[in-house]
Amino acid sequence: MAEYSAFSLLTNALKGNQDWKPAWRKPDPKASYDVIIIGGGGHGLSTAYYLAKEHGITNVAVLEKGWLGSGNVGRNTTAVRSNYLLPSNTRFYEHSMKMWENLSHDLNYNVMFSQRGCLNLAHTPAQFDDLARRGNAMRHLGVDAELMSTAEIKRLVPALDMSASARFPIVGGLMQPRAGTARHDAVAWGYARGADRRGVDIIENCEVTGFLRDGDRITGVQTTRGEIRGKKVAVAVAGSTGRVMQLAGVDRMPIESHVLQAFVTESLKPFIDTVLTFGMGHFYMSQSDKGGLVYGGDIDGYNSYAQRGNLPIVDEVMSEMLALFPGLARVRMLRSWGGVCDMSMDGSPIITAGPLPGMYLNCGWCYGGFKATPASGWCFAYTIAKDEPHAFNAPFTLDRFYRGLVIDDKGQGATPRLH
Amino acid sequence: MSPRRTETGGRIDRLRTIRFTFDGAPYTGHAGDTLASALLANGVTLFGRSFKYHRPRGVLSAGVEEPNALVTVLRGEVREPNIAATMVEIYDGLVAVSQNRFPSLAWDVNAINQLGGRILAAGFYYKTFMGPVFGPLKGTRFWMFCEHFIRRAAGLGRAGIAADTSRYERMNAFCDVLVVGSGPAGLSAAKTAADQGARVILAELEPRFGGSANWSGETIDGAPAADWAARAVSQLEGHDTVRLLPRTTAWGYYDGNTLAALERVTDHKETPGKGEPRHRYWAIRAKTVVLATGSFERPLVFPGNDRPGVMLAHAGERYANDYGVLPGDRIALFTNNDSAYRSALALKKAGAAIVAIVDVRPELSAEMRSLATEAEAEILSGHAVVATEGSKALSGLKVQRFDMNSGVLSGDARSIHADCLLMSGGWSPTIHLASQAGARAEWNAARQAFLPPKPTQQRWVGAGAFNGSFSTVEAIAEGRAAGLSAAGATGAPAALPDVEAAPGSPDPAPVFEIKAKGKSFVDFQHDVTAEDVRLAHREGFVSVEHLKRYTTLGMATDQGKNSNVPGLAIMAEALGKPIPEVGTTRFRPPYSAVSIGSLAAERFGDLKPERLTPMHDWHLANGATMYSAGLWYRPMIYGLAGETIEQAYVREAKATRESAGIVDVSTLGKIAVQGPDAAEFLDRVYTNMFSTLAVGKARYGLMLREDGLAFDDGTTWRLGEQDFLMTTTTANAGKVMQHLEYFLDVIWPELKVHVTSVTDEWAGAAIGGPKARAILAACVTGTAVDNTALPFMGIVHGRIAGVPVMICRLSFSGEMAFEVYSGAGYGTHVWEALVEAGKPFGLVTYGLEALGTMRIEKGHVTGAEIDGRTTARDLHLDWMLSKKKPFIGSAMMDREGLIAPDRLQLVGLVSLDNRPFNGGAHIVEELDEANPHDSIGHITACCYSPALGKHIALALVEGGKARHGTRAFISDPLRKRFGPVEIVSNHFYDPDGSRMHG
Amino acid sequence: MLITCPYCGPRDVIEFTYQGDGNRERPQPNSQDLDAWNAYVYDRLNPAGDHNEIWQHSGGCRTHLRMVRNTLTHEISSTGFARGDHNAAARHKAGGKS
Repeated sequence: MAEYSAFSLLTNALKGNQDWKPAWRKPDPKASYDVIIIGGGGHGLSTAYYLAKEHGITNVAVLEKGWLGSGNVGRNTTAVRSNYLLPSNTRFYEHSMKMWENLSHDLNYNVMFSQRGCLNLAHTPAQFDDLARRGNAMRHLGVDAELMSTAEIKRLVPALDMSASARFPIVGGLMQPRAGTARHDAVAWGYARGADRRGVDIIENCEVTGFLRDGDRITGVQTTRGEIRGKKVAVAVAGSTGRVMQLAGVDRMPIESHVLQAFVTESLKPFIDTVLTFGMGHFYMSQSDKGGLVYGGDIDGYNSYAQRGNLPIVDEVMSEMLALFPGLARVRMLRSWGGVCDMSMDGSPIITAGPLPGMYLNCGWCYGGFKATPASGWCFAYTIAKDEPHAFNAPFTLDRFYRGLVIDDKGQGATPRLH
Repeated sequence: MSPRRTETGGRIDRLRTIRFTFDGAPYTGHAGDTLASALLANGVTLFGRSFKYHRPRGVLSAGVEEPNALVTVLRGEVREPNIAATMVEIYDGLVAVSQNRFPSLAWDVNAINQLGGRILAAGFYYKTFMGPVFGPLKGTRFWMFCEHFIRRAAGLGRAGIAADTSRYERMNAFCDVLVVGSGPAGLSAAKTAADQGARVILAELEPRFGGSANWSGETIDGAPAADWAARAVSQLEGHDTVRLLPRTTAWGYYDGNTLAALERVTDHKETPGKGEPRHRYWAIRAKTVVLATGSFERPLVFPGNDRPGVMLAHAGERYANDYGVLPGDRIALFTNNDSAYRSALALKKAGAAIVAIVDVRPELSAEMRSLATEAEAEILSGHAVVATEGSKALSGLKVQRFDMNSGVLSGDARSIHADCLLMSGGWSPTIHLASQAGARAEWNAARQAFLPPKPTQQRWVGAGAFNGSFSTVEAIAEGRAAGLSAAGATGAPAALPDVEAAPGSPDPAPVFEIKAKGKSFVDFQHDVTAEDVRLAHREGFVSVEHLKRYTTLGMATDQGKNSNVPGLAIMAEALGKPIPEVGTTRFRPPYSAVSIGSLAAERFGDLKPERLTPMHDWHLANGATMYSAGLWYRPMIYGLAGETIEQAYVREAKATRESAGIVDVSTLGKIAVQGPDAAEFLDRVYTNMFSTLAVGKARYGLMLREDGLAFDDGTTWRLGEQDFLMTTTTANAGKVMQHLEYFLDVIWPELKVHVTSVTDEWAGAAIGGPKARAILAACVTGTAVDNTALPFMGIVHGRIAGVPVMICRLSFSGEMAFEVYSGAGYGTHVWEALVEAGKPFGLVTYGLEALGTMRIEKGHVTGAEIDGRTTARDLHLDWMLSKKKPFIGSAMMDREGLIAPDRLQLVGLVSLDNRPFNGGAHIVEELDEANPHDSIGHITACCYSPALGKHIALALVEGGKARHGTRAFISDPLRKRFGPVEIVSNHFYDPDGSRMHG
Repeated sequence: MLITCPYCGPRDVIEFTYQGDGNRERPQPNSQDLDAWNAYVYDRLNPAGDHNEIWQHSGGCRTHLRMVRNTLTHEISSTGFARGDHNAAARHKAGGKS
């Protein structure tokens, strides 16, 4: 298949764009594979890509129940950052960040990773100290972080209400300059194309309806397109983890499924040139290249698989938005949508072999799955190929809860709606 | 009179002239005009520029679906971008400007993008801009360089920075029947339901009720349809149980039959009336919803279909009949269905020349031929428009013979001179709200449209064009049936009104696109062409969602209202599948864009309430600088003239330790725990014993979470055998309350305990220092306060300045100290009395900074240390873990991860370079300023200690307890503060508590 | 979403706080069965369909509800007191003690 480049664009344009080939094939499933990956979202696709690229395992199928990338990879607010407090998270997300920095070249697909920075606002001196603690933690792991004064913030985001009389005046912020945004759909498509070019079968409209077992061991899956055997079966279905694991007889997991809404305004001329988060609530915003302000806040706060949000969260998010940007009252919200998040009991993910023999599990991404996409697939592929975790994902086990080794960046304990 | 304004007709008031500007040029219109109708009347053809190619665009529609004619409305500095000119009612002084053009609408440099058309096809971004793999532009730099320019070229209007000064408000409403849409179907439903006695709300997104009745030219019961509608509205106004909401868009259908609606209350006024908000946000809980939302006319896809002057057929009809404006003098029509013939006739009657009706169908009914004859229009059946001409206005079009079964064009192209082309590609029911309610639309082959299915989850019923019943007589009948069923009544068969309407079949020919040379637009605003859809197909982006995402079809401000079905049809043809197999996207809120101000409503400018202690005003009057802590405001310092913050808190802390200080502690959470089992309950909740606590005594308690980590701490006072007053930290008051309630209600319902939040009922003042007891003795009556009457952790009741108070001797500062509680209403009275009594003793008021300083000196923990990740052991509070009883968290607190020796543990730090610390600094064993690494912990709180004369800090450090007496370094690369420290016990000051015990 | 509080009647979801999976069983306070404690604290039934769950009417009477709600449609099929005392509401309305 042809490489994508300015040259291929030009030559194809001259031929009326008639010669472009499908970005990935649409194969029928084979009877068996070395590895079956359930879930054709960002993480499943990147896992397949790195299995092929890093480990030479190409007899791989990615099974997607609907259209490729229909889950959270196509529903998130596109922020990419590694500004975590706890070292296990920071190391993992920084690994991801480094992969992001070269991802378009690696995939020969422009995922439009724009390192426009991520600014966390502080509204009290104590909060500023908390951000300093986080920023210093990052710096001690070799991750970029800078404190910003109110004057610097004002210069960077002129539309912010910086007045001292604001209900929650801005006193400073923490900036990660290398953070940014990426074009979410392109990430799914780029990985799909890359995996497909290395021989991976990407099979859409193929829903897993059950697991094939030999005793305890998982040996394949039943699907709406027939039985498929797999030496290893990997589950990467964040948002549907409860449903899929139930098919394997695992009824209880340290996960609740919650709806997270996202919003976009009508297209505007450049308004904000960074990713921004509010410190006295839960609100984050950036601007897409098309000009829409893309933003969100808290999860709705109760178990749901409905991809359907509620009104109180809409009101809350918009109220917080205007607390920061009172000039946006007359701008209009154009679309809202909901994604289903795996909310884990400590706010951190799970990437591990098990819990059943022959099975590998990748889930629990909470709000943060999109930015993890490269590292998640990379670590998961490593774990599947080698049957042991890489140092980056070694802390993200399933038994960390039982053992008291939780990775709780927010310090909220086993209350998923608060993470 | 303006060039395109008709002499008579329309619903505008020709006697009222309204002046406004567009792009700085003055224009006039009439009351009842929209910005679009007024500009059309003035002969304006060019309204905007498209998103990607910056093509000149006119106005396509007459309603909410307008994709082209977007403007920014200015009110002084306050900007409202991306408003459809078709939705702006003009008022005197209206200032509107066009968007996405530079330097002007007529001459836009970015129009050069049109030359790159084929390179800029769908998906081109993904294939390029990746840049070099080495050199200065490697990594993401090249893309970000390009992105800078791409972002500036993209985007529509510009958002404002100036704060909107308008007010927004929210209303909660409840009704039996909410009717959405007030065309013949909606009016009929509302009236029927109201006649049955139902509480009805009727929401209409336009300024005038009546929908198509206002401009259809039809006759109902012998009167013009508009008069029938007006009569129905006046009848509805006569009902007490009916609320009419004009200019109100029902935009969201949420769980529990809750609908969200936006009422534009004063957008059409030069100045709002007294007390009127700009927008009112309605949350309507309806027992039943009647969806009478009508339908949208679809454009046809053919080369040049975006030229200014190409318009939807019904829009042309509406401009003539509703606004008295002719969209052109020489009008051609292009259609695949019968409805355009009525439009042709209406425009003929209004005074335009109808030069041709181009119909893709080879056979036409006699009725259509007779309508065309009446309109004096040439019929070109079995023909299609293959090109349009003109630049910023239409000058003509080309037609060719067309075989609608094969799609093949034949014969020579014929040119037709026209300045307006009206097109009709059939009608799509407005099913958005039903889709939001969870219903999956079904394709109807006859109507060539997605029709709503039966409701599943929510309680709604549809009527009229929403159901695909496009005639007025059906609409009225279905509206009545819907109104009856929604009101829970069964229909008494009553005669339906007579409707006189133009004839016509509701079923169009299945033609969506004319394939000919040139750009044929499917999504006008986003410049998605039919070729882009086919390119998406070629590259495998064939599911509806992939099509949408790859080409941006349907992602523009009209949300696909114009492009959805044509786009699907073109994809279906490319796939060789029927349309329903390609699917339809699920619609999500909002139906049309909603102002963010309205959604924030009363919280715009008032995000969260302010919590003020009873003594707040006193603090302000006495020089306090306030600190925002959560929702509370608390004094930070009481600075004297010229003092820095540090000078002030050092002075306050010093004075407290030397004589006495008083601080407002009213913000502490306070919970009354009462009942026969209260003591037992507290034993379960706290890690330590409370059942052994004597009445009249208090005890410091620690709570864990279920997972065994530390949760909150505070003192609890036993006021009676079954009566405790629990205090919590300020930050956790709400969480602790919820925690207690959960256990009492869900886990241990057998316990007879009642908990009540009394935080706001009590004012609290903590007075501490060597002179504190003497000060109390000077002002407290009714009780002794000496060591016998009031020992450490003792409680007494007495009076201060005549007011009953409760005093507990406990200490956070480490001094001999007392907390004095009084009824909140007497807080300032008691506070003033204490301050007055303290004057001879040198009493100072102190704020949070001095409070924090003294607690750091004592090594007490707060939320900075109980941060949800630490255990009792980490904080050296394991002496409080009772071994005699189980308590919440006891079973889980000894898991391996929670007892590991390398956990972060609380320590004290002393600065060895005599320089101040910063909160959030880290600690390392080996200093490396250039590449800081291997942090072993961080500072949680720091201060200058007046008692020790040193800069000190509390910190959480790996294996901290074992490091006492060792040296380490502060590493704070963010603030470039590095330096040596000594790690010591967290108990810096008076570790044996002799001062506190006195 | 409207939730019917046994005391207060149907109220908007904004008045309620979700307290999670109602199927969890807390071990006896002095139980040393760490697996049971871990399951109680960390594991959740997370079904796609009817879900037995606990809510608090935190913005109202502060009682806890046990209800069955469908996680695919958000339809609530039953609500009652979490403490299982179904007569309490009736007694309350009749002016009796709960």
